[in-house]
Amino acid sequence: MNTDKTYTVKGVTGDWEIVVGLEVHAQVISNAKLFSGASAAFGAEPNANVSLVDAAMPGMLPVINGECVRQAVRTGLALGAQINKWSRFDRKNYFYADLPQGYQISQFQFPIVGEGEVVVDLGEGRTKTVGIERLHLEQDAGKSLHDQHPDATYVDLNRSGVALMEIVSKPDMRSPEEAGAYVRKLRTILRYIGSCDGNMEEGSMRADVNVSVRKSGDPLGTRCEIKNVNSMRFVMQAIEYEARRQVDIIEDGGMIKQETRLFDPNKGETRSMRSKEEAHDYRYFPDPDLLPLEFDDAFMTDAKASLPELPDAKKIRFTESLGLSGYNASVLVAEKENADYFEALLAEIVKATGKGEREVAKQAANWVISDLFGHLNKSGAAISDSPVSPAGGAELLKLITDGVISGRIAKDVFEIMYETGKSAAAIVEEKGLQQVSDTGEIEALIDQIIAGNPGQVAAYRGGKDKLFGFFVGQVMKATGGKANPQVVNKLLRKKL
Amino acid sequence: MSVDKDTVRRIAHLARVQVAEEKLDALAGEMNNILDWVEQLNELDVTDVEPMTSAVETTLHWREDKVTDGNKAEDVLANAPDAEYGFFSVPKVIE
Repeated sequence: MNTDKTYTVKGVTGDWEIVVGLEVHAQVISNAKLFSGASAAFGAEPNANVSLVDAAMPGMLPVINGECVRQAVRTGLALGAQINKWSRFDRKNYFYADLPQGYQISQFQFPIVGEGEVVVDLGEGRTKTVGIERLHLEQDAGKSLHDQHPDATYVDLNRSGVALMEIVSKPDMRSPEEAGAYVRKLRTILRYIGSCDGNMEEGSMRADVNVSVRKSGDPLGTRCEIKNVNSMRFVMQAIEYEARRQVDIIEDGGMIKQETRLFDPNKGETRSMRSKEEAHDYRYFPDPDLLPLEFDDAFMTDAKASLPELPDAKKIRFTESLGLSGYNASVLVAEKENADYFEALLAEIVKATGKGEREVAKQAANWVISDLFGHLNKSGAAISDSPVSPAGGAELLKLITDGVISGRIAKDVFEIMYETGKSAAAIVEEKGLQQVSDTGEIEALIDQIIAGNPGQVAAYRGGKDKLFGFFVGQVMKATGGKANPQVVNKLLRKKL
Repeated sequence: MSVDKDTVRRIAHLARVQVAEEKLDALAGEMNNILDWVEQLNELDVTDVEPMTSAVETTLHWREDKVTDGNKAEDVLANAPDAEYGFFSVPKVIE
């Protein structure tokens, strides 16, 4: 199904369509840097993770890290993209304080990965396919700190030379929502396969956003590039602001100047990067220090074999084989850790109850999504910190299916499990929360209640059906909520 | 292809090389000589010749993903005109 909601920017001359393409920079997960043996870890002391290669000392030569190549190939495969067994590194020349070489080693003419596509989830069952133009490997630059000294900029080269994958989309997105969903999906895929941690706050994933506007059916307008946007929300905000700005300029009779802009999250606006006004001339040429990058089919086969089940395939399996709703499946597959927890839980339930996966999947999914996620969100914890293990959750759910406790009581038990880490069975035992299904016991209580409330009984029998709930409430009150609701309903109907 | 004075000025600026105004014409001449000389290669027909990437028959050497270097901030900063708190310190670069 394709999106049917059309996003437009309202102008005085009518509706404008926006066209968005993204360049996402994703830091490759590896121990060492792309061309040196220095650590690629985040958060070290300034200039600690720097070799003489990264500092661009004369005479140093780059040697490629095979793992970074493998990660780029795995990512390309996960994006269903063309893999180029022959690619080449080029020098992209520009001058900046945090680029000691004076050029970035990148891939310009012959990238390692070519065209692919990503199916993006837009909610309510709507999807959209966004084309991938290419993916290439390149070096990250160092980090400039402008705010530590009144008239100096401090430079830390720890990031200099860390491997990045630049993933370039086709200009296929037509709304801020689509762009946000694309970044989210890309992040999910990268995290599934473990080629990038997707941590936008630490800058290991960031986006350059290209925006232009046009009247529907017109050729593409002039675009502006918003650099280094580091959250999904900011991507959407930047697009919204930038599209509005461009429409206003054009409708006032102005022209859009192709330029690089910055997004200011505090003001929610984009502004021109004055220092980059001078047109860039990168003077790309093949890096003479590096031979072409080549690998064989066996390398690709191994890379492919190392990929886990991808989110799209998992979602289909969850809906088709397990019978989950599309919504629940989407929620569960969005983070690999969540999907892993759910699958571990399912395995534990199957083991404990001897039932089939499909029989117990719905209950398990509902419990994970509403109870477990609810508590984790409230305490701001990740699933990896969950005090309740999949086995613990399975034990609790089994108590419900076995009729030992009601669904209502299970929520209280879970609360205690979450806080104390005790097992469900122990809590039920300790607090005497076992469901009362003993018909004799319940019957006796009902008799008492009927005898004690003659007025309500008369009114109910006279046609006030709503009073049924009152009687259920009374029974529950008398049993501390432990009466089996089905048994109570059945007996009450009989007795009234 | 021909290089004029403005192009030389621009190339010098991109490379952050300071070139005195009176030297620009001479440099343009030198560069044009080099370009003309290289241009002669275009006279060869290389239609069926694969681009040569190395003078010797060899392939790109791959490194294992091991941390073998780093933790030498002092060495790295040794030649820096200015360094503070472990950082290179450069004149303020305003974005």
